[in-house]
Amino acid sequence: MSADEWWIIGFTVRVAAIGTLLILPPGLLLAWLLARYQWPGKPLVETLVALPLVMPPVATGLILLRLLGRRGALGGFLHDRLHFDIVFTWRGVIVAMAVMSCPLLVRTARVAFEGVNPRLEQIARTLGASERRVFFSVTLPLAARGILGGVLLSFARALGEFGATILVAGNIPGRTSTLSLAIYQLVQLGQDTDAFRLLAVSVTIAFLAVWGSEWLMTHRVRSE
Amino acid sequence: MKSPFKSLVLALALGSLPGAGWSAADTPAPVELNVYAAASLTDAMKEIAANYQKVGGARIALNFGASSALARQIVEKAPADVFLSADEAKMNDLEKQGLVLKGTRRSLLSNTLVIVVPADSALKIASARDLAGPQVKAIALCEPQTVPAGIYAQQYLRKINVWDQVVKKLVPTENVRAALASVESGNVDAGIVFKTDAGVSKEVKVALEIPAAEGPAISYPVAVLSGSTKAEAARKFVAYLESPAGIGVFRKYGFLIRPGSPAP
Repeated sequence: MSADEWWIIGFTVRVAAIGTLLILPPGLLLAWLLARYQWPGKPLVETLVALPLVMPPVATGLILLRLLGRRGALGGFLHDRLHFDIVFTWRGVIVAMAVMSCPLLVRTARVAFEGVNPRLEQIARTLGASERRVFFSVTLPLAARGILGGVLLSFARALGEFGATILVAGNIPGRTSTLSLAIYQLVQLGQDTDAFRLLAVSVTIAFLAVWGSEWLMTHRVRSE
Repeated sequence: MKSPFKSLVLALALGSLPGAGWSAADTPAPVELNVYAAASLTDAMKEIAANYQKVGGARIALNFGASSALARQIVEKAPADVFLSADEAKMNDLEKQGLVLKGTRRSLLSNTLVIVVPADSALKIASARDLAGPQVKAIALCEPQTVPAGIYAQQYLRKINVWDQVVKKLVPTENVRAALASVESGNVDAGIVFKTDAGVSKEVKVALEIPAAEGPAISYPVAVLSGSTKAEAARKFVAYLESPAGIGVFRKYGFLIRPGSPAP
């Protein structure tokens, strides 16, 4: 494995981890709201959150590109006022990965929250616990395994992101080139042997992440 | 060509070719050719394919992409009858692997490189050396190891000794039209594309044209592929590309016609 290949592996794992952590707080909040409450517009939000899962990744990428590009509503502001670019930088990779893996996190976390028996929360309330305390000392610990499974699953999804990433961040060697982009690039170059090496690495990481996720989710604590 | 009589003769001649489109329903289905062409040929080839069908030629199914990507598809036995590459190297590779039909290869076209900036850009570029300046932060370029437009651009930037200064600013793209699109979107400050690509976009302007004499030798070869099951129809299409009708369209889009190709 060459130094460049190690860089690609390290970079991919790092940005996928940051992307997943970035969506964790808003993702959990949304999952909890979806699991526990009925509110107007809920079906719409449910649908919107699921969209990146089923839309062509490049279509999602194009929306992000338009939004975050130097002439986009958000990207234009960042570029002109803060001299800060997202498109064609590592930040673009993180944004693309975060958006693409968000649905998996929200969906699995929602199931995890729904698996927590509301009676336990009710008991905590009758014992005088505040809503915040109920969430952090009853709901969250009981849902933790499922949530962690979801985190691993969305991390695995982020690792493999291709379509949105190549549009938003490009495939810049040493700057935005992730495992999947590098594999594609090597195949284009006709260097299949190198591509297979990176392929083996990505299969291994994805396998471990999904396996861990499955294990966590099937061995969930039953709060009956 | 202007005389109606000649046009009529041509129409009749092409119309009577096997597989011509207008014959009655009991004749075999019209031939369809798979033509793989470099991304920079997109607009010219679409027009030529439409014209060819109008004069009764085979149906042309076009596949555009980086010449490197197309060559790769051909190596993997993708169904292709004709290949137009933006550099000789890709055709050489195919020829070495016996994928080019002997005696059908020609060097048809040439092009020049230009530096483009977004149409509303205030950037002034007097020489390609200005790309090294601080006001240029990101430069779109085709992937410089495989994609012809990127290879040509790299050759030129190395020749004038600015490659090392700009290499950190490069945003490599998959094909030349993707580089063009990056400049159009304003997400990069400048890009290097073929002159013919700049010509089809209203959202970019040419900041600098690299004269053919200073730039690398750019050559677009065409050939019928040995894997083609419709070699006869493919030869005819290649002949049409070289005919005044084909050459005229290439010229219209700004391609240079290689010496040795039949004059219009």
